[in-house]
Amino acid sequence: MKRLRRGWWVPVLLAMVVAGWLVIRPAGPLPVSSEQRAAQAAALRDPALIERGEYLAAVGDCAACHTVRGGQPYAGGRSLATPFGDVPAPNITPDPDTGIGQWSFEDFWRALHEGKGRQGELLYPVFSYTSFTKVTRDDALAIFAYLKSLPPVNRPDLPSGLAFPYNVRSGLVAWRALYFQPGVFRPDASKSDEWNRGAYLVQGLGHCNECHTERDSLGGLKKDQHLTGGRIPALAWYAPDLSTQSGGGLEGWRAQDIVDLLKTGQSAKGTAFGPMADVVRLSTQHMTDADLQAVATYLQSLPPRASPASTAPFMRAASAEQGGTLYAKHCADCHGKDGNGVAGIYPPLNGNITVTEPTGINAVRSVLLGGFAPTTAANPRPYSMPPFAQQLRDADVAALVTYIRQSWSNRAGAVQPGDVARYRHTPVD
Amino acid sequence: MTISAPRRSSPRAVVVLLAFCLCTAAAAATPRSDAAAPIPDTLQQRVLACTSCHGAHGEGSLDSLSGPRLAGKPAGYLLQQLEYFQSGQRRHAPMEYVVRQLSPVYLRQIAGYFAGQDVPYRKLPVPAVSQEILRRGEQLALHGDPGRAVPSCASCHGARLTGFEPMMPGLLGLSYDYLDKQLVSWRAHTRAAEGPYCMGVVANRMRESDIAAVSAWLASRPPPADMHPQPAGAQTEPLPGWCVMGSSGATL
Repeated sequence: MKRLRRGWWVPVLLAMVVAGWLVIRPAGPLPVSSEQRAAQAAALRDPALIERGEYLAAVGDCAACHTVRGGQPYAGGRSLATPFGDVPAPNITPDPDTGIGQWSFEDFWRALHEGKGRQGELLYPVFSYTSFTKVTRDDALAIFAYLKSLPPVNRPDLPSGLAFPYNVRSGLVAWRALYFQPGVFRPDASKSDEWNRGAYLVQGLGHCNECHTERDSLGGLKKDQHLTGGRIPALAWYAPDLSTQSGGGLEGWRAQDIVDLLKTGQSAKGTAFGPMADVVRLSTQHMTDADLQAVATYLQSLPPRASPASTAPFMRAASAEQGGTLYAKHCADCHGKDGNGVAGIYPPLNGNITVTEPTGINAVRSVLLGGFAPTTAANPRPYSMPPFAQQLRDADVAALVTYIRQSWSNRAGAVQPGDVARYRHTPVD
Repeated sequence: MTISAPRRSSPRAVVVLLAFCLCTAAAAATPRSDAAAPIPDTLQQRVLACTSCHGAHGEGSLDSLSGPRLAGKPAGYLLQQLEYFQSGQRRHAPMEYVVRQLSPVYLRQIAGYFAGQDVPYRKLPVPAVSQEILRRGEQLALHGDPGRAVPSCASCHGARLTGFEPMMPGLLGLSYDYLDKQLVSWRAHTRAAEGPYCMGVVANRMRESDIAAVSAWLASRPPPADMHPQPAGAQTEPLPGWCVMGSSGATL
């Protein structure tokens, strides 16, 4: 079925390739006179602008993708897994040969705002220009000034791992027609400044939607859905719904809980783990209280969600007993018999979206992998959870996770030993 | 009603004060939702993700493969390995995930915690290999294989094979499976260091049968009375010229 759905658009794409080539031929760097270039270079050296750019680059979490593990920050090389193949993130240090040393601000703006490279080529949307297009020109200039201030690193970009037909860039004409609408964020005059600031950060630079919304078979974000949660393609984690209202993934979260999680990595409602722990450690912990508060205000305005009709089976009595025994033995010491955790130390499991998200992926992988909450300025020595992959069999993990998903106020579907077996071997990076 | 300074403490005030103190004391220990023992504010409690495999004091797991002994290893070495798991120079998925969120400062504290543990060695199962293999292992460990330009273990890890502060790990008290796996990892580049790295060079010069033999002999050695790494100054024999320890973490 999946293959059928994937297949139909290949001929369409091929036609678009031809059309696309005619419409958008790579046109080279945008023309900039030498006087303009000199004036711009001087403006970009303004320390205040660079400092603001450093903050904004942290908000956008640019380094997370543009840095390979153990490598120089922003020098690229990290391979970003997508269902269509791996795309290596480019070097964005100001190296003249391998980075953005020769880029003008107009080139940078065109990349961020229009999703086009320096030669005018269409960029793959793994670079989240679907969100970054909302970033203002002023903010883009500050980020550009910061990137230009970095020490240049000579590190050639790696070739893309995309296979035909996805490696044909002009095929993106079709994709963009479906999913991409360029345009800077337009404030809603009927809402407060704080709400607008939060919406700008969440929808634009923060690019929260890129993970927290389900993608369709073409890798596009579903247009009628906004922050309603979704699987993160190729990472095997689930980014939950972010509504705090009735039926939402963060139902019952106060603004302070959101601020706490983003600032410290922990909150009264849950702890950041998996990819979100990276986001907190690298990005959101560095945000100002005012910006975090704005994000919380905006998220709190997301509408209520229809409660999902659970189609997943509930556990059998035998497995419930097994799950309860395992819980008492391995989990209750820290998370409590009542599943309410220990304030400030161990997260509650009762009513925790990590536990109850629709797929069960997050709970299964958390049990298998354990790990630490992110190290943040506010929580420099986080507590941790043992990895249970070495101790528990697939059937045990399934019974335990199902028990947790269906105890106290939790009413989520059962997970199967087969799911556990699959996630046991999912790569961690 | 006016507020005046109390002239003397009434018995009731004492009771209230006492009750207040008790409540404050109770609140200082983190309250539990279901009245279980409070969670201790100790590094040992914080690093449960480490100790569930390596033991509460880093004494190692029973099989010594899922969690090798960490207790008493040189702090610089432990920190370097944690950093390598973070950077991907040393590969082992569970470790890579566990260390991912930790800051350099916290990594250093954790390395220091395990380096500072002084707990008895576990008796490990002796690998079932022939005397001939053990003799070959002993030969390699103490004298190397000059024909293949393989130095002895003792020439770098010390005559007692217990390593040196702050970077050189000891080789005793580790299981056959763990030692063998490490040497194979050096060859397969799933264990690496900032180059040029001697252990990778040495492991690649060794025959597979020799890797097994030296691992078996090391694992079968009874631990000496003093298992501590020797002080840095005790390393009198210079490392081979081509052998450069990674610089990362060496400043501990």
